[in-house]
Amino acid sequence: MSGILVVMEQQGGAWHRMSWETLAAGQQLAKDLGQPLFAAVAGQGIDSLVPELADKKLDKVHVVSHDLLRQYTSDAYTSALEQLIKAHGPSHVLFPHTYQVRDFAPKLATRFNTTLISDVISYHIDGGSPVFVRQMFQGKLNADFRPKGSGPAFVSLQAGAYRAENVEAGSAPVETFTPQLDASQIRTKPGEPFREAARAVDLTAAEIIVSVGRGIKEKDNIPVVEALAAALGAELAASRPICDNGWLPMERQVGSSGQTVSPKVYIAIGISGAIQHLVGMKGSKTIVAINKDANAPIFEVADYGIVGDLFEVVPALVDAVKKAKGA
Amino acid sequence: MKIVVAIKQVPVRDSQLRIDAGRHWIQEDDLSFEINEPDAYALEEALQLKEKHGGEVVALCAGPARAAQTIREALAKGADRAIHIEDESLRELDTLGIAHLLAGAVKAENPDLILTGLQSDDLGYGQTGVVLAELLGVPHSTIIMQVVVNDSTIRVKRELENGWFQHIDMPLPAVLTIQSGINKLRYATLMGIKKAKGKEIRRVTVGEIGAAPEATAVLERVYVPQKSKQTQIFEGDAKQAAAQLVEKLKFEVRVI
Repeated sequence: MSGILVVMEQQGGAWHRMSWETLAAGQQLAKDLGQPLFAAVAGQGIDSLVPELADKKLDKVHVVSHDLLRQYTSDAYTSALEQLIKAHGPSHVLFPHTYQVRDFAPKLATRFNTTLISDVISYHIDGGSPVFVRQMFQGKLNADFRPKGSGPAFVSLQAGAYRAENVEAGSAPVETFTPQLDASQIRTKPGEPFREAARAVDLTAAEIIVSVGRGIKEKDNIPVVEALAAALGAELAASRPICDNGWLPMERQVGSSGQTVSPKVYIAIGISGAIQHLVGMKGSKTIVAINKDANAPIFEVADYGIVGDLFEVVPALVDAVKKAKGA
Repeated sequence: MKIVVAIKQVPVRDSQLRIDAGRHWIQEDDLSFEINEPDAYALEEALQLKEKHGGEVVALCAGPARAAQTIREALAKGADRAIHIEDESLRELDTLGIAHLLAGAVKAENPDLILTGLQSDDLGYGQTGVVLAELLGVPHSTIIMQVVVNDSTIRVKRELENGWFQHIDMPLPAVLTIQSGINKLRYATLMGIKKAKGKEIRRVTVGEIGAAPEATAVLERVYVPQKSKQTQIFEGDAKQAAAQLVEKLKFEVRVI
């Protein structure tokens, strides 16, 4: 068992940006362990993508190519990558923790009698081997996980955990790998991706965003934050549970399944800061958090914070903003 | 149709967590527990499918004795019966081990459909459903926002990233991991709570299923994350804190 294999993701002939973050992590891990680094990408008709990957500091690129990989299915991807891994025997297989990886990587790891160490934020070398750090309890605690067992370790990396711009350039030979696949193995029939009705609200253009989370407790309290948005001339946004409950429309959702925003100021009110929300707003220039729990993960990314009851703090803020604007 | 819903009991959402002396988990003595939120949506989806198509909903839970409370709540909401894989040392297992136990308990049930939440609020691995499907040899789909049943096949709406979706057709039996917000959760009624008392909770031991494989992802240490960013916290009462924040927004961030 030797070598780090990074499984890159492409969809419809375009790279998933998180693939490069994972490649950066792979380059670092290969260096730390003194092992060769390989990258794999699965699909069909993706030749035009390959040169960009072969231009990186890598020992080899495996293009896993088959007609049955043209459209993603977990059955075909699992089988194809299982064959590639068995043929090459890497010690570690790294993935970006995307929705697609969440759909097939656990299944692939199961084929090797191991558990995927998912959504990893970093690693450190301990006793000559890597220990992977994951968040637990929605980011309130971290934990170290050590892979054990005879087969390769499977690890997926959280969005933003490593920086794509740190990928080192180089030159790598390209090898095509043709897996044995049969249409009868593929039990799911995927349709074309689609979007719901066009978004009426474009949060990405907003300078100031006032965003509300579970702390608001009930729909009838929404006017409390609406008043602040109005006073500041801000767009109102929300974390997922608020939209799930129908307290605000889905199109105002910020996070991995909603919009990604980077306003001048993002004011997070009663939002604990689960990673699914953070990935949608941590690029904001200034982040303000108002939360009753001083240990909420939102304070991890906040520049300014108020620890307190939002039902007292927000009305006080509205008054202070009005006063400042009048002056 | 027969639907098994795999549910997990986790600490209530805004619990103050303290790390235990061994630094391997949290102190549980003073915590309250509840159903893992995505699993609550999976249970609701199962109940709605049963209301539409008839059949039976079986709640399946691997957990210590305290999980019985969460199981009873599932029965009160309308699950017909439950299976409790009761063991006090499940925390030593990883996803593969837990999925092995769930698969062992599911096999004899021969369900048409297995639902579970897309991830747990405690460990957050987000993969138990997928591993369970692989162990059972049935197809699966993840992060599901809609389920439509047509006889022996289903069409599901799978959430993709950035507001995209996709429909997927597959034969039954199958495993689906359900996304929060797929439906509107119901409350247990008084009648439901009363009825739950007469419903069966079958307890199964790990020994009856067969020992789970040892963890290959070993949790070595739990700790409080180190803050990477310096947050300026405004102190004082609400009015004082608000005034300081507005100062910053006006003179440094310059948005007022």
